[in-house]
Amino acid sequence: MAEIHLKQLAHSYSDNPQGHKDYAIREMDHVWEKGGAYALLGPSGCGKSTLLNIISGLVTPSEGQILFDGHEVNALTPQQRNIAQVFQFPVIYDTMSVYDNLAFPLRNVGKSEDVISAKVKDIAYMLELEDVLKKKAKNLTADEKQKVSMGRGLVRDDVSAILFDEPLTVIDPHLKWKLRRKLKQIHEQFNITMVYVTHDQLEASTFADKIAVMYGGQVVQFGTPRELFEKPEHTFVGYFIGSPGMNFFEGSFQQNELYLEGHKVALDNEMKSKLSITPYNQLKLGIRPEFVEVLEADSPLLSNLGKDEKGAEALLASCENCFKCEVLLVSDLGTYKIVSLKLGNTEFKARLPEEQSVPKGSAYVRFPGNWLKVYADEYLVD
Amino acid sequence: MNKVENNKAWFLVLPVFLLVAFSAVVPLMTVVNYSVQDIFDATNRYFVGVEWFKEVLRDPRLHDSLIRQFIFSFCVLLIEVPLGICVALMMPKEGRWSALCLILLAIPLLIPWNVVGTIWQIFGRADIGLMGYYLNAMGIDYNYAGNSGDAWATVLLMDVWHWTSLIALLCYSGLRAIPDAYYQAARIDRASGWAIFRYIQLPKLQSVLLIGILLRFMDSFMIYTEPFVLTGGGPGNSTTFLSQTLTTMAIGQFDLGRAGAFSLIYFLIILLVSWLLYTAMTHVEKGE
Repeated sequence: MAEIHLKQLAHSYSDNPQGHKDYAIREMDHVWEKGGAYALLGPSGCGKSTLLNIISGLVTPSEGQILFDGHEVNALTPQQRNIAQVFQFPVIYDTMSVYDNLAFPLRNVGKSEDVISAKVKDIAYMLELEDVLKKKAKNLTADEKQKVSMGRGLVRDDVSAILFDEPLTVIDPHLKWKLRRKLKQIHEQFNITMVYVTHDQLEASTFADKIAVMYGGQVVQFGTPRELFEKPEHTFVGYFIGSPGMNFFEGSFQQNELYLEGHKVALDNEMKSKLSITPYNQLKLGIRPEFVEVLEADSPLLSNLGKDEKGAEALLASCENCFKCEVLLVSDLGTYKIVSLKLGNTEFKARLPEEQSVPKGSAYVRFPGNWLKVYADEYLVD
Repeated sequence: MNKVENNKAWFLVLPVFLLVAFSAVVPLMTVVNYSVQDIFDATNRYFVGVEWFKEVLRDPRLHDSLIRQFIFSFCVLLIEVPLGICVALMMPKEGRWSALCLILLAIPLLIPWNVVGTIWQIFGRADIGLMGYYLNAMGIDYNYAGNSGDAWATVLLMDVWHWTSLIALLCYSGLRAIPDAYYQAARIDRASGWAIFRYIQLPKLQSVLLIGILLRFMDSFMIYTEPFVLTGGGPGNSTTFLSQTLTTMAIGQFDLGRAGAFSLIYFLIILLVSWLLYTAMTHVEKGE
C-alpha cells in the first residue's frame, strides 16, 4: 500500500510541446492517500488512461514527479512499483486453471506451494471463485474472468495499489452491480489504494471516496461525489456529473450587479467584490436541475396572479431570483419528472418530484441563491 | 412459426455441386475405376477387384518410400514449426524493418517449386555451387549426388528454406493479434520471458499453428518437384518419396491399375493423418 503523490506532473507525447494543446496531461499536483478509493472520471480522450498508465509505470511522464510514499518512481517499471492492474478486457492465462492463474504471480516470485495454496484459497473465497478453482480459466464467464484478473493482483501481499482501467466494460449490466459491490467490499477489507478509471459517473460515485474529473488533460475537480454534485468547480463537471447535467445561462456583471439572461440576480457583497476583481472573457451562471424550484399553484405569487396583477408584479419583483419562463416539455420518468423550460433564449431543465403538477404554457421558477453558481471562463467563482 | 418448405431451393446448390463434381468427384472416381482393373491398352482391360490394393499394400518398395515419407514429413515439421515460431518472435513488431522482414520472408514462398529445386541443385554442387564448393573447401566431404545422407540433408534444408516462412508469417500475424494488455499483465505478474511465451504467446498461436502444421504436413507429404529436380530421387532410392514412386509407376511403367490403387491409399493416409493431427490439436486447444 502506498500514498501516491503526483507532483507537478505533466505529460506530452510530443518531443517539443508548445502549448496546452500538446499536453495529454496538463500540470497537476495531487496526493492520493494510502488506502483510498479513487476514480478517474472523464470522457474518452480526456487523458485518464494516460494518467493511469503514468501511475502504473507503463508511461513515463515527460514532466514532474510521481512519488510512492515519498519516493520518486518515475523510472520504475510496473513490477518494481508493485502495481496490480485490471484491464478493460479480462486478461487471463487461457491454458491454466483458475487456481494456477491466481497462483501465477506468487509462483513467479518463488513462493512455496503451501503459502500459495493458502493465499489462493483466501482470495478465491473473497471473490467467490471457490467453485471454479479447478476449471480452465478460458471456460469462465466474462465477470468471472475479470474477477480472476483482479484476484491475481490481490494475492500479492506487497501490492502498493490496484488500478482498474474501465474493468466493467465487457460485463453484463446485472453483473456490473454485483462486481462493483465486490470491489467495494474488497477495498474495505484489504484497505488497498485503488484507482478506478471510468467514463460512467455512477460507477465512479459508487466506487470511489474521491473522484478526479478529467477534461482536456486536466483534473478539473478532485472531490467527493457530493462535492462534485453540489459545487462543481468547472462547467464541465456540472455538465458531466448529474442526469441531466447542470443548466447554464449567459451571465453578465455590470455596475456591480449580476445579470442572468438580462435579469438581475441577487448577489452578496463578498461575491460582488470577488467578481469585480476576477478577470474573465465570459461569464456563466449554472444551477442543477434538482435545485430549480418551479412554483406551485398555491404559492403566494401564483395565487395572486390574475386576481391582482399589480400585486403579483410586485411579488415577482420582491421574489428573489424568480423568473417567468416558457414550459416546453414535461417528461415523466416514473419516479420523477424532467421539465424542459425556456428562459430568454436559453433552454434549461428542472427535476421535479413525481407528484408535482406543472402548469402549461408558462411557469414561474426560482433559482435559490446558494445553488446558483457563477463561472468565469468555465471556472467556479467562489 | 410455419416454415414453408420449397424443395426447388435445392437447385441453388446445383452450381456448387457441379463444380465439386467436376473438380473432385469425377477425377477421384476415375482413379477408383482404374484401381479395380488391369489395363493393358484402351480395349484390353479386365476387372480384378481388390487385387491391386493387396499388391500395393505388400510392395516393399512402397513400404520403403512410405517410411521415408513419414520420416521426411516428421523432420520437416520438427524443424520448420519451432524455427518459424522463433523467426516470428524475433521479428520487429512494427515500422519499416517489420515490412522489410515480411517481404524477405515472402520471397521463398513466391518462387516456383522447380526453380527452388534448380537453385539448390546448383547451390549444392561441389564444383560451382556456393555451398557445395565452400563445404568441400572446408574439408567436409559433401556430395548430395553420391551420399544419401548429404542428399537428405540438402532436401530437408531446401524445404526448410522454402517453407519456414509460411509458419513464420502465420505466427507473426498470430502474435500481432495479441492485445498489449496481456503483455502488461504478464509483466505485472512478473512472468519470465519463457512464461510469457508458454502461457500467453503459445496458447494464442494455437489456431494459426493448427493451420500451419496441417498445411506443412500435407504439402511435405506430397512433395514431388523439388527432390525430383534436386536429386531425382537418388542416390539409389534414398530420396524417392511417395509421389515420385507413384509417378514412376503411373507414367514410367504405365501401370494404371496399380497406380490407381496406390493413389487411393496415398490419399487416405493423408486424410487420416490430417484428421488425427486436427483432432489432437483441437483437443489440446479446448484444454480438455
